[in-house]
Amino acid sequence: MSKVQAIALNTFKEAVRDRVLYAILAFAIAMIASTLALATIGAGMGPKIVRDVGLGFISIFGVIIAVFIGIGLVHKEIDRRTIYTIISKPIHRWQFLLGKYLGLVLTLFVNVAVMTGALMVLIFSVEGVWDGRLGAASAMIFLELMVITGIAVLFSSFSTPALSAIFTLSFFAIGRLLEDVMLFGDLYAGPLGRMVIRGLYYVLPNLGRFNISSEVVHGLPLGEVVSGMTVLYGLLYTLALLSLTALIFQRRDFR
Amino acid sequence: MVVLKTEGLTKEYRSGFWLTRVRVLHDLNLEVCEGEIFGYLGPNGAGKTTTLKLLMGLIHPTAGRAWIPGRDVSDVAVKAKVGFLPENPSFYDYLTGREFLHFYGELFGIPYRERVKRIEELLDKVGLSKAGGLQLRKYSKGMLQRIGLAQALINDPQVVVLDEPMSGLDPVGRKEVRDLILDLKSRGKTVFFSTHIVPDVEMICDRVGIIVAGQLIRVGPLEDLLGGEVECIEITASGLDEAAWVQVKEWSIRPPVERGEKVFFAVKTEKDASRAVELLVGRGVSIHAVLPQRPTLEEHFLQEVARPEHSRRGRP
Repeated sequence: MSKVQAIALNTFKEAVRDRVLYAILAFAIAMIASTLALATIGAGMGPKIVRDVGLGFISIFGVIIAVFIGIGLVHKEIDRRTIYTIISKPIHRWQFLLGKYLGLVLTLFVNVAVMTGALMVLIFSVEGVWDGRLGAASAMIFLELMVITGIAVLFSSFSTPALSAIFTLSFFAIGRLLEDVMLFGDLYAGPLGRMVIRGLYYVLPNLGRFNISSEVVHGLPLGEVVSGMTVLYGLLYTLALLSLTALIFQRRDFR
Repeated sequence: MVVLKTEGLTKEYRSGFWLTRVRVLHDLNLEVCEGEIFGYLGPNGAGKTTTLKLLMGLIHPTAGRAWIPGRDVSDVAVKAKVGFLPENPSFYDYLTGREFLHFYGELFGIPYRERVKRIEELLDKVGLSKAGGLQLRKYSKGMLQRIGLAQALINDPQVVVLDEPMSGLDPVGRKEVRDLILDLKSRGKTVFFSTHIVPDVEMICDRVGIIVAGQLIRVGPLEDLLGGEVECIEITASGLDEAAWVQVKEWSIRPPVERGEKVFFAVKTEKDASRAVELLVGRGVSIHAVLPQRPTLEEHFLQEVARPEHSRRGRP
């Protein structure tokens, strides 16, 4: 495990020493701060809009970081040939992959935590209260980002960064709309179409399950949406993605 | 004792639109013994890097097997005893030299205290003690090669595999790498390195393997490859009169060369040389040197590469 840890910490170090990440994070915090302008909107909607838009920004910037670091995570190692000196050490390929993945997940965790902290400070400065429920929403966003990172790393293990970005963003879009597609299929599709859509529903990542922003924003109970099953679903889906990536990675020739 | 062995090692790639199979390494059978420096010589694209990548588990063989020391290279544990430096290495340039070596030390599971000691020793050995705190992006090519060698030695390996370790280095850098390889040998390590630079092989290798177009065409001790056969005998003389000049031109197998007072010419056999020396001395000519000339490894190498059967890549 210490080998996985070494690779994870090295990946994290690479990310935090990259100025682009700071630029993205600074921009994200600026965008979150800009929601302050929305707080003045009347009819008591201001605080809800700040929370809703703020969480939206955390999710969007989280996805940007996950996709754009994730797609190059493995590909860059092969392209720059840094992988040669790693794989030639007494380390299994899956350990390398897991280390890279965990390094990026750690980077995402820090970024999501910083963005959430900024949003909470912002809300505290306006309302004088700490909204702990934002933490729950961010935790679910983080879980969603873990799945998205898994998808990005999967494509990164056999495809180019450009194609990996297109595939990952497509999966993200489909994953977010999966519940609606299912509903659409039940209402309008024929028996075969329904079967295909149902099949896809179980195979593709249902990212909508991780979106609890509306419950947090409108002060609804979180008990039903933040369930152990959702967390388990996220973790198992990620594990399946990583296992598939490891299988592909194991067979690869690093030419 | 054999510490590195391959048996029928073959690698094919699929390339092009029709995924045509191209064989880049053909049935490689090789043995490298403990404590020797083995030079793996071949022109660019001969299959040297492919062989080294197969040994290090970076690519999978199409057929055949390889063992380092005694265990199949597919066993990850083998790599604990091996050090590897790839060709034109690229490293994590955001790390400092020390961080870089710590990272590789961690991959071998070397405890922190031991790692610190080993890293300082290695930085000293490769002459980078003062640059250990600099990020690798600020290193020159020579410094990168040296820090690359340090990472290959972090685990005090039994076998060191180096892919073109002198490539792109200036003469000083090349000498430093050669000295380092000789130092490894003096400490009982086995060094297997690839190169296309013949003098590097001639200077330090115990045994040489020549690979051309994916096939190992010659392997053996350097002196065996060069052979004991005398190609010609070069004679250096001075004080030649006109008649002696005419004789020398007649005997010499190539046009005599005049440098200052000295004349250099070559005769085919030892018998011819004795006769020439005797006659010239009789005419009052001074003889400065009589040197038998043997073909160099470079000439051997060029002859092998030029053979028609080696000029095309094999297809299965």
